Amino acid sequence: MKATRDSFGEELAVLGEKNPEIVVLDADLSKSTKSNGFAKKFPNRFFEMGIAEANMIGTAAGLALSGKTSFACSFGCFLTGRYDQIRMSVSYNRANVKLIVTHSGVAIGEDGHSQMGLEDVALLRSLPEFEIFQPADDQETRAIIRYVVKNNGPCYIRLTRQKVPDIYKTPFEFVPGKWSELHKGKGIALIATGGLVGACVEANEKTGKKLTVVNAASLKPIDEKLIEQLANSHEWIVTAEDHYTTGGLGSAVAEVLASIGSKAKLYRIGVETFGESGSPEDVIHHFQLDSEGVLARLQKNVGLKI
Amino acid sequence: MKSKTHTNDSQNSKPLVNDDATARRLRTTILKMIHAGKSGHPGGSFSCLDIIMTLFADVLNFNPENPEWEKRDRFILSKGHGVPALYAVLSECGYFPSDWLMTLRHFGSPLQGHPDRARMFVMEAATGSLGQGLSIAQGMAMAGKMDKSDHRVFCLIGDGETQEGQVWEAAMSAPKFQLDNLTVITDYNHGQIDGRTEEVMNLNPLIDKWRAFNWNVLEVDGHDREALKKILPQKTKEKPTMVIAHTVKGKGVSFMEGVIDWHGVAPNDEQLAKAIKELA
Repeated sequence: MKATRDSFGEELAVLGEKNPEIVVLDADLSKSTKSNGFAKKFPNRFFEMGIAEANMIGTAAGLALSGKTSFACSFGCFLTGRYDQIRMSVSYNRANVKLIVTHSGVAIGEDGHSQMGLEDVALLRSLPEFEIFQPADDQETRAIIRYVVKNNGPCYIRLTRQKVPDIYKTPFEFVPGKWSELHKGKGIALIATGGLVGACVEANEKTGKKLTVVNAASLKPIDEKLIEQLANSHEWIVTAEDHYTTGGLGSAVAEVLASIGSKAKLYRIGVETFGESGSPEDVIHHFQLDSEGVLARLQKNVGLKI
Repeated sequence: MKSKTHTNDSQNSKPLVNDDATARRLRTTILKMIHAGKSGHPGGSFSCLDIIMTLFADVLNFNPENPEWEKRDRFILSKGHGVPALYAVLSECGYFPSDWLMTLRHFGSPLQGHPDRARMFVMEAATGSLGQGLSIAQGMAMAGKMDKSDHRVFCLIGDGETQEGQVWEAAMSAPKFQLDNLTVITDYNHGQIDGRTEEVMNLNPLIDKWRAFNWNVLEVDGHDREALKKILPQKTKEKPTMVIAHTVKGKGVSFMEGVIDWHGVAPNDEQLAKAIKELA
Protein backbone atom coordinates (compact mmCIF):
# COMPACT_ATOMS: atom_id res chain seq x y z
CA MET A 1 0.00 0.00 0.00
CA LYS A 2 1.33 3.38 -0.94
CA ALA A 3 -0.03 6.78 -1.95
CA THR A 4 0.85 7.49 -5.57
CA ARG A 5 1.96 11.00 -4.56
CA ASP A 6 4.72 9.36 -2.50
CA SER A 7 5.78 7.19 -5.43
CA PHE A 8 5.94 10.31 -7.60
CA GLY A 9 8.09 12.20 -5.11
CA GLU A 10 10.56 9.33 -4.78
CA GLU A 11 10.81 8.60 -8.50
CA LEU A 12 11.27 12.27 -9.43
CA ALA A 13 14.13 12.62 -6.94
CA VAL A 14 15.79 9.58 -8.55
CA LEU A 15 15.23 10.82 -12.12
CA GLY A 16 16.64 14.22 -11.17
CA GLU A 17 20.10 12.68 -10.94
CA LYS A 18 20.42 11.66 -14.58
CA ASN A 19 18.22 14.39 -16.03
CA PRO A 20 19.74 17.78 -15.24
CA GLU A 21 17.11 19.52 -17.38
CA ILE A 22 14.34 18.63 -14.89
CA VAL A 23 13.09 21.62 -12.89
CA VAL A 24 10.29 21.50 -10.33
CA LEU A 25 7.92 24.26 -9.26
CA ASP A 26 5.45 24.19 -6.42
CA ALA A 27 2.93 26.64 -5.00
CA ASP A 28 3.38 26.26 -1.25
CA LEU A 29 2.25 22.64 -1.21
CA SER A 30 5.52 20.77 -1.68
CA LYS A 31 4.99 18.83 1.55
CA SER A 32 1.63 17.60 0.27
CA THR A 33 2.51 17.02 -3.38
CA LYS A 34 5.77 15.37 -2.27
CA SER A 35 7.88 17.51 -4.57
CA ASN A 36 9.84 18.33 -1.41
CA GLY A 37 12.06 15.26 -1.91
CA PHE A 38 13.36 16.74 -5.16
CA ALA A 39 13.61 20.19 -3.53
CA LYS A 40 15.86 18.86 -0.79
CA LYS A 41 18.12 16.99 -3.19
CA PHE A 42 18.27 19.62 -5.96
CA PRO A 43 17.61 23.02 -4.33
CA ASN A 44 18.92 24.92 -7.37
CA ARG A 45 16.39 23.27 -9.64
CA PHE A 46 13.40 23.68 -7.35
CA PHE A 47 11.38 26.90 -7.39
CA GLU A 48 8.98 27.80 -4.60
CA MET A 49 6.44 30.01 -6.34
CA GLY A 50 4.22 30.79 -3.37
CA ILE A 51 0.45 30.71 -3.45
CA ALA A 52 0.23 31.96 -7.04
CA GLU A 53 -0.61 29.08 -9.37
CA ALA A 54 -1.24 31.14 -12.51
CA ASN A 55 2.26 32.59 -12.33
CA MET A 56 3.69 29.16 -11.54
CA ILE A 57 2.14 27.63 -14.66
CA GLY A 58 3.38 30.46 -16.88
CA THR A 59 6.86 30.32 -15.36
CA ALA A 60 6.95 26.55 -15.90
CA ALA A 61 6.07 27.19 -19.55
CA GLY A 62 8.87 29.77 -19.89
CA LEU A 63 11.39 27.35 -18.40
CA ALA A 64 10.16 24.61 -20.75
CA LEU A 65 10.41 26.91 -23.79
CA SER A 66 14.07 27.37 -22.77
CA GLY A 67 14.80 23.64 -22.88
CA LYS A 68 13.88 22.56 -19.36
CA THR A 69 11.52 19.75 -18.43
CA SER A 70 9.19 21.54 -16.03
CA PHE A 71 7.17 19.84 -13.34
CA ALA A 72 4.52 22.14 -11.85
CA CYS A 73 2.85 20.66 -8.79
CA SER A 74 -0.27 21.44 -6.75
CA PHE A 75 -3.68 20.02 -5.95
CA GLY A 76 -5.83 19.11 -8.96
CA CYS A 77 -8.49 21.71 -8.20
CA PHE A 78 -5.97 24.54 -7.81
CA LEU A 79 -3.99 23.83 -10.98
CA THR A 80 -6.99 23.31 -13.22
CA GLY A 81 -8.57 26.38 -11.64
CA ARG A 82 -5.96 28.23 -13.72
CA TYR A 83 -7.34 26.71 -16.89
CA ASP A 84 -6.55 29.65 -19.16
CA GLN A 85 -2.88 29.55 -18.16
CA ILE A 86 -2.84 25.81 -18.97
CA ARG A 87 -4.71 26.43 -22.21
CA MET A 88 -2.55 29.33 -23.44
CA SER A 89 0.86 29.26 -21.81
CA VAL A 90 1.28 25.47 -21.76
CA SER A 91 -1.01 23.87 -24.32
CA TYR A 92 -0.96 26.41 -27.17
CA ASN A 93 2.79 26.81 -26.77
CA ARG A 94 3.24 23.01 -26.80
CA ALA A 95 5.45 23.62 -23.76
CA ASN A 96 7.15 20.62 -22.16
CA VAL A 97 5.34 21.10 -18.85
CA LYS A 98 4.28 18.21 -16.65
CA LEU A 99 1.35 19.23 -14.46
CA ILE A 100 1.45 17.03 -11.38
CA VAL A 101 -1.64 17.05 -9.22
CA THR A 102 -2.47 15.32 -6.01
CA HIS A 103 -5.63 15.30 -3.88
CA SER A 104 -7.77 13.82 -6.60
CA GLY A 105 -11.42 13.26 -5.88
CA VAL A 106 -13.45 12.84 -2.73
CA ALA A 107 -10.94 10.35 -1.28
CA ILE A 108 -8.98 13.16 0.40
CA GLY A 109 -11.66 13.21 3.09
CA GLU A 110 -11.52 15.79 5.86
CA ASP A 111 -10.62 18.93 3.88
CA GLY A 112 -13.88 18.72 1.99
CA HIS A 113 -15.10 19.87 -1.40
CA SER A 114 -12.93 22.95 -1.92
CA GLN A 115 -9.74 20.85 -2.01
CA MET A 116 -11.12 17.98 -4.11
CA GLY A 117 -10.15 17.75 -7.77
CA LEU A 118 -13.39 16.47 -9.28
CA GLU A 119 -13.69 18.18 -12.65
CA ASP A 120 -10.02 18.37 -13.60
CA VAL A 121 -9.98 15.51 -16.11
CA ALA A 122 -13.06 16.94 -17.82
CA LEU A 123 -11.31 20.29 -18.28
CA LEU A 124 -7.97 18.92 -19.43
CA ARG A 125 -9.45 16.32 -21.77
CA SER A 126 -10.69 19.12 -24.00
CA LEU A 127 -7.18 20.37 -24.82
CA PRO A 128 -5.54 19.12 -28.02
CA GLU A 129 -2.18 17.34 -27.77
CA PHE A 130 -2.41 17.04 -23.97
CA GLU A 131 -1.77 13.66 -22.37
CA ILE A 132 -3.58 12.72 -19.16
CA PHE A 133 -2.49 9.84 -16.96
CA GLN A 134 -3.76 8.46 -13.67
CA PRO A 135 -1.68 5.64 -12.22
CA ALA A 136 -3.25 2.88 -10.15
CA ASP A 137 -0.31 2.09 -7.90
CA ASP A 138 3.33 2.59 -6.99
CA GLN A 139 4.96 0.82 -9.95
CA GLU A 140 2.66 2.42 -12.48
CA THR A 141 3.32 5.90 -11.06
CA ARG A 142 7.05 5.37 -11.46
CA ALA A 143 6.60 4.03 -15.00
CA ILE A 144 4.51 7.07 -15.96
CA ILE A 145 7.00 9.55 -14.49
CA ARG A 146 9.83 7.84 -16.38
CA TYR A 147 7.77 8.03 -19.58
CA VAL A 148 6.90 11.73 -19.29
CA VAL A 149 10.50 12.70 -18.61
CA LYS A 150 11.50 11.04 -21.90
CA ASN A 151 8.56 12.35 -23.89
CA ASN A 152 8.61 16.02 -24.93
CA GLY A 153 5.15 17.55 -24.51
CA PRO A 154 2.57 18.74 -22.02
CA CYS A 155 0.82 16.28 -19.75
CA TYR A 156 -1.35 16.06 -16.65
CA ILE A 157 -0.76 13.40 -14.02
CA ARG A 158 -3.44 12.78 -11.41
CA LEU A 159 -2.23 11.29 -8.13
CA THR A 160 -3.87 10.18 -4.93
CA ARG A 161 -3.40 11.37 -1.39
CA GLN A 162 -4.67 8.04 -0.02
CA LYS A 163 -2.69 4.81 -0.04
CA VAL A 164 -3.61 2.37 -2.78
CA PRO A 165 -2.80 -1.36 -3.05
CA ASP A 166 -0.07 -2.68 -5.33
CA ILE A 167 -1.39 -3.86 -8.68
CA TYR A 168 1.95 -4.41 -10.37
CA LYS A 169 4.84 -6.15 -8.64
CA THR A 170 7.77 -5.21 -10.86
CA PRO A 171 8.91 -2.20 -12.91
CA PHE A 172 7.58 -1.94 -16.47
CA GLU A 173 7.53 0.43 -19.40
CA PHE A 174 4.44 2.63 -19.64
CA VAL A 175 2.72 2.90 -23.02
CA PRO A 176 0.26 5.80 -23.44
CA GLY A 177 -3.10 4.81 -24.91
CA LYS A 178 -2.74 1.21 -23.76
CA TRP A 179 -4.94 -0.05 -20.96
CA SER A 180 -4.25 -3.28 -19.10
CA GLU A 181 -6.69 -6.07 -18.58
CA LEU A 182 -6.14 -7.19 -15.00
CA HIS A 183 -8.70 -9.98 -15.15
CA LYS A 184 -10.80 -11.55 -17.87
CA GLY A 185 -14.37 -12.36 -16.87
CA LYS A 186 -17.78 -12.44 -18.50
CA GLY A 187 -20.82 -10.21 -18.85
CA ILE A 188 -19.55 -7.13 -17.11
CA ALA A 189 -16.33 -5.25 -17.97
CA LEU A 190 -15.25 -2.93 -15.20
CA ILE A 191 -12.96 -0.14 -16.45
CA ALA A 192 -11.39 1.68 -13.52
CA THR A 193 -8.83 4.43 -13.08
CA GLY A 194 -6.62 5.66 -10.23
CA GLY A 195 -7.84 4.92 -6.73
CA LEU A 196 -10.81 2.96 -8.07
CA VAL A 197 -8.62 0.23 -9.61
CA GLY A 198 -7.82 -1.32 -6.22
CA ALA A 199 -11.48 -1.11 -5.19
CA CYS A 200 -12.61 -2.82 -8.41
CA VAL A 201 -10.02 -5.60 -8.10
CA GLU A 202 -11.27 -6.22 -4.57
CA ALA A 203 -14.90 -6.10 -5.71
CA ASN A 204 -14.16 -8.66 -8.40
CA GLU A 205 -12.61 -10.99 -5.85
CA LYS A 206 -15.77 -10.74 -3.78
CA THR A 207 -17.82 -11.91 -6.81
CA GLY A 208 -15.63 -14.98 -7.15
CA LYS A 209 -13.77 -13.33 -10.04
CA LYS A 210 -16.69 -13.13 -12.43
CA LEU A 211 -15.89 -9.74 -13.92
CA THR A 212 -13.46 -8.36 -16.44
CA VAL A 213 -11.34 -5.69 -14.77
CA VAL A 214 -9.37 -3.12 -16.75
CA ASN A 215 -6.96 -0.49 -15.47
CA ALA A 216 -7.36 2.69 -17.52
CA ALA A 217 -4.33 4.74 -16.51
CA SER A 218 -4.11 6.54 -19.82
CA LEU A 219 -7.10 8.91 -19.83
CA LYS A 220 -5.86 10.70 -22.93
CA PRO A 221 -5.19 9.04 -25.26
CA ILE A 222 -7.63 6.28 -24.35
CA ASP A 223 -7.50 2.67 -25.54
CA GLU A 224 -10.26 2.79 -28.16
CA LYS A 225 -9.35 -0.62 -29.52
CA LEU A 226 -9.77 -2.32 -26.16
CA ILE A 227 -13.05 -0.50 -25.49
CA GLU A 228 -14.39 -1.84 -28.79
CA GLN A 229 -13.20 -5.37 -27.97
CA LEU A 230 -14.83 -5.19 -24.54
CA ALA A 231 -18.04 -3.81 -26.02
CA ASN A 232 -18.18 -6.70 -28.49
CA SER A 233 -17.66 -9.34 -25.82
CA HIS A 234 -19.61 -8.00 -22.80
CA GLU A 235 -23.18 -7.07 -22.02
CA TRP A 236 -22.22 -4.20 -19.75
CA ILE A 237 -19.36 -1.72 -19.73
CA VAL A 238 -18.96 -0.09 -16.32
CA THR A 239 -16.55 2.78 -15.69
CA ALA A 240 -15.26 3.71 -12.23
CA GLU A 241 -13.48 6.90 -11.22
CA ASP A 242 -13.13 9.30 -8.30
CA HIS A 243 -14.18 12.23 -10.51
CA TYR A 244 -17.45 13.60 -11.80
CA THR A 245 -19.15 11.17 -14.16
CA THR A 246 -19.40 14.12 -16.53
CA GLY A 247 -16.31 14.66 -18.64
CA GLY A 248 -14.00 12.06 -17.15
CA LEU A 249 -13.33 8.40 -17.92
CA GLY A 250 -17.05 7.60 -18.10
CA SER A 251 -17.63 10.27 -20.73
CA ALA A 252 -14.54 9.25 -22.70
CA VAL A 253 -15.76 5.64 -22.86
CA ALA A 254 -19.32 6.77 -23.69
CA GLU A 255 -17.98 8.74 -26.67
CA VAL A 256 -16.29 5.64 -28.07
CA LEU A 257 -19.29 3.38 -27.43
CA ALA A 258 -21.60 5.83 -29.17
CA SER A 259 -19.23 6.18 -32.12
CA ILE A 260 -19.00 2.47 -32.79
CA GLY A 261 -22.73 1.85 -32.29
CA SER A 262 -22.04 -0.50 -29.38
CA LYS A 263 -24.68 -2.96 -28.27
CA ALA A 264 -23.08 -3.14 -24.84
CA LYS A 265 -24.76 -0.91 -22.27
CA LEU A 266 -22.85 1.63 -20.19
CA TYR A 267 -23.05 2.38 -16.49
CA ARG A 268 -20.78 5.03 -14.97
CA ILE A 269 -19.55 4.92 -11.37
CA GLY A 270 -18.28 8.27 -10.15
CA VAL A 271 -19.27 11.38 -8.25
CA GLU A 272 -22.32 13.45 -9.13
CA THR A 273 -22.70 15.90 -6.25
CA PHE A 274 -20.47 18.25 -4.24
CA GLY A 275 -17.89 16.55 -2.02
CA GLU A 276 -18.11 16.36 1.75
CA SER A 277 -15.83 16.35 4.79
CA GLY A 278 -15.21 13.22 6.80
CA SER A 279 -12.60 10.56 7.27
CA PRO A 280 -11.45 9.30 3.84
CA GLU A 281 -12.99 5.89 4.62
CA ASP A 282 -16.36 7.42 5.55
CA VAL A 283 -16.41 9.73 2.54
CA ILE A 284 -15.33 7.02 0.07
CA HIS A 285 -18.00 4.75 1.56
CA HIS A 286 -20.67 7.44 1.31
CA PHE A 287 -19.94 7.98 -2.38
CA GLN A 288 -19.89 4.20 -2.96
CA LEU A 289 -16.36 4.26 -4.30
CA ASP A 290 -15.04 1.37 -2.14
CA SER A 291 -15.40 -2.29 -3.13
CA GLU A 292 -18.63 -2.58 -1.17
CA GLY A 293 -20.10 0.45 -2.93
CA VAL A 294 -18.97 -0.77 -6.34
CA LEU A 295 -20.63 -4.16 -5.71
CA ALA A 296 -23.83 -2.55 -4.42
CA ARG A 297 -24.00 -0.35 -7.51
CA LEU A 298 -23.39 -3.28 -9.83
CA GLN A 299 -26.12 -5.30 -8.13
CA LYS A 300 -28.58 -2.44 -8.29
CA ASN A 301 -27.88 -1.04 -11.74
CA VAL A 302 -26.27 -3.74 -13.83
CA GLY A 303 -28.01 -6.81 -12.49
CA LEU A 304 -24.93 -8.44 -10.98
CA LYS A 305 -25.78 -11.62 -9.07
CA ILE A 306 -23.36 -12.82 -6.47
CA MET B 1 5.07 26.65 -42.29
CA LYS B 2 7.96 27.76 -40.10
CA SER B 3 9.88 30.90 -40.77
CA LYS B 4 13.26 29.32 -40.19
CA THR B 5 13.05 27.59 -43.56
CA HIS B 6 12.99 31.01 -45.15
CA THR B 7 15.76 32.71 -43.23
CA ASN B 8 18.33 32.28 -45.96
CA ASP B 9 16.34 34.57 -48.17
CA SER B 10 19.14 37.12 -48.58
CA GLN B 11 16.98 39.87 -50.03
CA ASN B 12 15.33 40.16 -46.63
CA SER B 13 18.52 39.95 -44.60
CA LYS B 14 19.00 43.64 -44.20
CA PRO B 15 19.70 45.53 -41.01
CA LEU B 16 16.88 47.44 -39.40
CA VAL B 17 17.57 51.17 -39.46
CA ASN B 18 16.22 52.96 -36.41
CA ASP B 19 15.26 56.29 -37.95
CA ASP B 20 12.12 58.36 -38.51
CA ALA B 21 11.84 57.37 -42.16
CA THR B 22 11.82 53.65 -41.25
CA ALA B 23 9.34 54.25 -38.45
CA ARG B 24 7.00 56.02 -40.86
CA ARG B 25 7.42 53.31 -43.47
CA LEU B 26 6.71 50.53 -40.92
CA ARG B 27 3.62 52.36 -39.66
CA THR B 28 2.40 52.51 -43.24
CA THR B 29 3.10 48.79 -43.65
CA ILE B 30 1.29 47.95 -40.41
CA LEU B 31 -1.78 49.87 -41.47
CA LYS B 32 -1.75 48.20 -44.88
CA MET B 33 -1.46 44.79 -43.16
CA ILE B 34 -4.43 45.50 -40.92
CA HIS B 35 -6.37 46.84 -43.90
CA ALA B 36 -5.54 43.69 -45.88
CA GLY B 37 -6.49 41.49 -42.93
CA LYS B 38 -9.74 43.45 -42.52
CA SER B 39 -9.14 43.48 -38.76
CA GLY B 40 -6.44 44.08 -36.18
CA HIS B 41 -5.25 46.60 -33.64
CA PRO B 42 -3.75 49.79 -35.10
CA GLY B 43 -3.80 51.84 -31.88
CA GLY B 44 -1.73 49.48 -29.74
CA SER B 45 0.56 48.51 -32.64
CA PHE B 46 1.50 52.14 -33.21
CA SER B 47 2.02 52.88 -29.51
CA CYS B 48 4.61 50.09 -29.16
CA LEU B 49 6.30 50.28 -32.57
CA ASP B 50 9.14 52.63 -31.57
CA ILE B 51 9.93 50.42 -28.57
CA ILE B 52 10.04 47.22 -30.64
CA MET B 53 12.06 48.93 -33.39
CA THR B 54 14.63 50.17 -30.91
CA LEU B 55 14.90 46.78 -29.23
CA PHE B 56 15.60 44.99 -32.51
CA ALA B 57 17.79 47.74 -33.97
CA ASP B 58 19.93 48.62 -30.97
CA VAL B 59 19.39 46.38 -27.96
CA LEU B 60 18.71 42.70 -28.67
CA ASN B 61 21.26 40.13 -29.81
CA PHE B 62 19.73 37.80 -32.37
CA ASN B 63 20.45 36.14 -35.68
CA PRO B 64 17.73 35.80 -38.31
CA GLU B 65 19.89 33.17 -40.03
CA ASN B 66 19.71 31.09 -36.86
CA PRO B 67 16.44 31.97 -35.08
CA GLU B 68 16.91 29.21 -32.51
CA TRP B 69 20.39 30.40 -31.47
CA GLU B 70 20.51 29.51 -27.77
CA LYS B 71 22.24 32.70 -26.68
CA ARG B 72 19.77 35.02 -28.41
CA ASP B 73 18.03 37.63 -26.31
CA ARG B 74 14.35 36.80 -25.95
CA PHE B 75 11.52 39.20 -26.68
CA ILE B 76 8.04 38.26 -25.50
CA LEU B 77 5.16 40.38 -26.69
CA SER B 78 2.75 39.82 -23.84
CA LYS B 79 0.24 42.29 -25.31
CA GLY B 80 -0.26 39.91 -28.21
CA HIS B 81 -2.68 42.18 -30.06
CA GLY B 82 0.23 44.50 -30.88
CA VAL B 83 1.75 41.76 -33.04
CA PRO B 84 1.43 43.60 -36.40
CA ALA B 85 4.21 45.88 -35.14
CA LEU B 86 6.37 42.87 -34.26
CA TYR B 87 5.71 41.14 -37.59
CA ALA B 88 6.71 44.30 -39.46
CA VAL B 89 9.95 44.64 -37.47
CA LEU B 90 10.85 40.93 -37.74
CA SER B 91 10.36 41.00 -41.49
CA GLU B 92 12.48 44.14 -41.71
CA CYS B 93 15.20 42.26 -39.80
CA GLY B 94 15.11 39.45 -42.36
CA TYR B 95 13.27 36.77 -40.42
CA PHE B 96 10.76 36.22 -43.21
CA PRO B 97 9.94 37.67 -46.64
CA SER B 98 8.08 40.97 -46.65
CA ASP B 99 5.36 39.57 -48.90
CA TRP B 100 4.15 37.47 -45.98
CA LEU B 101 3.10 40.64 -44.17
CA MET B 102 -0.01 41.26 -46.23
CA THR B 103 -1.28 37.78 -45.31
CA LEU B 104 -1.89 38.91 -41.71
CA ARG B 105 -5.01 37.20 -40.33
CA HIS B 106 -5.64 35.41 -43.63
CA PHE B 107 -6.51 31.72 -43.52
CA GLY B 108 -3.37 29.58 -43.64
CA SER B 109 -1.00 32.46 -42.85
CA PRO B 110 1.77 32.03 -40.26
CA LEU B 111 0.88 35.58 -39.27
CA GLN B 112 -1.99 34.68 -36.95
CA GLY B 113 -4.12 37.40 -35.36
CA HIS B 114 -2.17 36.92 -32.15
CA PRO B 115 1.30 35.32 -31.84
CA ASP B 116 1.34 31.58 -32.46
CA ARG B 117 4.67 29.95 -31.77
CA ALA B 118 3.79 26.73 -33.55
CA ARG B 119 3.05 28.46 -36.87
CA MET B 120 5.77 31.11 -36.56
CA PHE B 121 8.78 29.85 -34.67
CA VAL B 122 10.35 33.28 -34.19
CA MET B 123 7.52 34.10 -31.80
CA GLU B 124 9.08 33.21 -28.43
CA ALA B 125 5.66 32.48 -26.96
CA ALA B 126 2.04 32.37 -27.95
CA THR B 127 0.24 35.24 -26.24
CA GLY B 128 -3.05 37.05 -26.56
CA SER B 129 -4.78 36.06 -23.38
CA LEU B 130 -3.52 39.03 -21.40
CA GLY B 131 -1.42 38.79 -18.28
CA GLN B 132 0.47 35.62 -19.15
CA GLY B 133 3.57 36.74 -21.08
CA LEU B 134 5.42 38.13 -18.08
CA SER B 135 5.31 34.78 -16.25
CA ILE B 136 6.65 33.04 -19.37
CA ALA B 137 9.40 35.66 -19.67
CA GLN B 138 10.25 35.09 -16.03
CA GLY B 139 10.63 31.35 -16.65
CA MET B 140 12.96 32.10 -19.56
CA ALA B 141 15.02 34.45 -17.40
CA MET B 142 15.26 31.78 -14.69
CA ALA B 143 16.45 29.26 -17.28
CA GLY B 144 19.07 31.77 -18.45
CA LYS B 145 20.34 32.14 -14.87
CA MET B 146 20.43 28.35 -14.39
CA ASP B 147 22.39 27.90 -17.62
CA LYS B 148 24.74 30.78 -16.68
CA SER B 149 23.96 32.33 -20.06
CA ASP B 150 24.43 36.06 -20.65
CA HIS B 151 21.33 36.43 -22.78
CA ARG B 152 18.57 38.74 -21.61
CA VAL B 153 14.81 38.54 -21.67
CA PHE B 154 12.63 41.50 -22.65
CA CYS B 155 8.87 41.49 -22.25
CA LEU B 156 6.41 44.13 -23.43
CA ILE B 157 3.13 44.42 -21.53
CA GLY B 158 0.18 46.73 -22.03
CA ASP B 159 -1.06 49.15 -19.43
CA GLY B 160 -4.57 47.70 -19.61
CA GLU B 161 -3.01 44.25 -19.33
CA THR B 162 -1.58 45.31 -15.99
CA GLN B 163 -5.10 44.96 -14.57
CA GLU B 164 -4.67 41.17 -14.75
CA GLY B 165 -3.87 39.64 -11.36
CA GLN B 166 -1.24 37.32 -12.80
CA VAL B 167 0.93 40.34 -13.68
CA TRP B 168 1.18 41.12 -9.98
CA GLU B 169 1.95 37.51 -9.09
CA ALA B 170 4.93 37.77 -11.45
CA ALA B 171 5.72 41.26 -10.14
CA MET B 172 6.12 39.65 -6.72
CA SER B 173 8.17 36.66 -7.85
CA ALA B 174 10.71 38.11 -10.31
CA PRO B 175 12.52 40.12 -7.59
CA LYS B 176 12.56 37.04 -5.35
CA PHE B 177 14.58 35.23 -8.03
CA GLN B 178 16.81 38.30 -8.53
CA LEU B 179 16.18 38.31 -12.26
CA ASP B 180 18.42 41.17 -13.36
CA ASN B 181 18.39 39.57 -16.83
CA LEU B 182 14.68 40.42 -17.15
CA THR B 183 13.43 43.78 -18.44
CA VAL B 184 9.73 44.49 -18.74
CA ILE B 185 8.43 47.45 -20.67
CA THR B 186 4.96 48.89 -20.07
CA ASP B 187 3.37 50.43 -23.15
CA TYR B 188 1.61 53.15 -21.15
CA ASN B 189 -0.78 54.43 -23.80
CA HIS B 190 -3.70 55.05 -21.41
CA GLY B 191 -6.21 53.34 -23.66
CA GLN B 192 -8.14 50.10 -23.62
CA ILE B 193 -11.28 48.84 -25.35
CA ASP B 194 -13.84 50.32 -22.96
CA GLY B 195 -12.14 53.66 -22.49
CA ARG B 196 -9.19 55.38 -20.82
CA THR B 197 -7.35 53.18 -18.31
CA GLU B 198 -7.88 55.87 -15.70
CA GLU B 199 -11.62 55.36 -16.06
CA VAL B 200 -11.82 51.63 -16.71
CA MET B 201 -9.51 50.59 -13.85
CA ASN B 202 -7.04 53.16 -12.65
CA LEU B 203 -3.43 51.93 -12.49
CA ASN B 204 -1.94 54.93 -10.74
CA PRO B 205 0.38 55.32 -9.03
CA LEU B 206 1.88 52.78 -11.44
CA ILE B 207 5.53 53.66 -10.86
CA ASP B 208 5.13 53.50 -7.09
CA LYS B 209 3.49 50.10 -7.39
CA TRP B 210 6.40 48.56 -9.28
CA ARG B 211 8.90 50.24 -6.94
CA ALA B 212 7.01 48.82 -3.97
CA PHE B 213 7.33 45.39 -5.55
CA ASN B 214 11.14 45.88 -5.53
CA TRP B 215 11.75 46.49 -9.21
CA ASN B 216 14.32 48.79 -10.74
CA VAL B 217 11.88 51.26 -12.31
CA LEU B 218 12.81 53.58 -15.19
CA GLU B 219 10.73 56.02 -17.22
CA VAL B 220 11.04 57.03 -20.83
CA ASP B 221 9.18 58.68 -23.67
CA GLY B 222 8.15 55.57 -25.61
CA HIS B 223 8.38 57.36 -28.96
CA ASP B 224 11.80 58.97 -28.40
CA ARG B 225 13.94 56.28 -29.96
CA GLU B 226 17.21 57.96 -28.96
CA ALA B 227 16.07 57.96 -25.33
CA LEU B 228 14.81 54.37 -25.63
CA LYS B 229 18.22 53.38 -27.02
CA LYS B 230 19.83 54.64 -23.81
CA ILE B 231 17.22 53.38 -21.33
CA LEU B 232 16.31 49.91 -22.61
CA PRO B 233 19.74 48.28 -22.10
CA GLN B 234 19.99 49.50 -18.49
CA LYS B 235 19.89 47.01 -15.66
CA THR B 236 20.63 46.82 -11.95
CA LYS B 237 22.28 43.96 -10.13
CA GLU B 238 19.90 41.40 -8.62
CA LYS B 239 16.71 43.25 -9.56
CA PRO B 240 14.43 42.98 -12.57
CA THR B 241 13.88 46.23 -14.47
CA MET B 242 10.56 47.83 -15.35
CA VAL B 243 10.63 50.54 -18.01
CA ILE B 244 7.47 52.62 -17.98
CA ALA B 245 7.26 53.89 -21.54
CA HIS B 246 4.90 56.83 -21.97
CA THR B 247 3.21 56.34 -25.29
CA VAL B 248 0.32 57.55 -27.42
CA LYS B 249 -2.22 55.12 -28.74
CA GLY B 250 -2.34 55.37 -32.53
CA LYS B 251 0.91 57.39 -32.58
CA GLY B 252 1.89 58.73 -35.99
CA VAL B 253 -1.49 59.26 -37.61
CA SER B 254 -3.25 62.44 -36.51
CA PHE B 255 -6.80 61.14 -36.62
CA MET B 256 -5.86 57.99 -34.70
CA GLU B 257 -3.75 59.47 -31.92
CA GLY B 258 -5.41 59.08 -28.54
CA VAL B 259 -8.67 57.90 -30.07
CA ILE B 260 -9.87 54.80 -28.19
CA ASP B 261 -12.04 53.65 -31.09
CA TRP B 262 -8.87 52.87 -33.06
CA HIS B 263 -7.99 50.13 -30.54
CA GLY B 264 -9.19 47.25 -32.64
CA VAL B 265 -10.61 48.26 -36.01
CA ALA B 266 -9.16 48.19 -39.52
CA PRO B 267 -9.11 51.41 -41.55
CA ASN B 268 -11.36 51.60 -44.62
CA ASP B 269 -9.89 52.49 -48.03
CA GLU B 270 -10.33 56.20 -47.51
CA GLN B 271 -8.85 56.22 -44.02
CA LEU B 272 -5.91 54.13 -45.20
CA ALA B 273 -5.18 56.53 -48.07
CA LYS B 274 -5.37 59.51 -45.72
CA ALA B 275 -3.01 57.85 -43.22
CA ILE B 276 -0.53 56.83 -45.91
CA LYS B 277 -0.44 60.43 -47.10
CA GLU B 278 0.34 61.64 -43.58
CA LEU B 279 3.03 59.04 -43.07
CA ALA B 280 4.73 59.66 -46.43
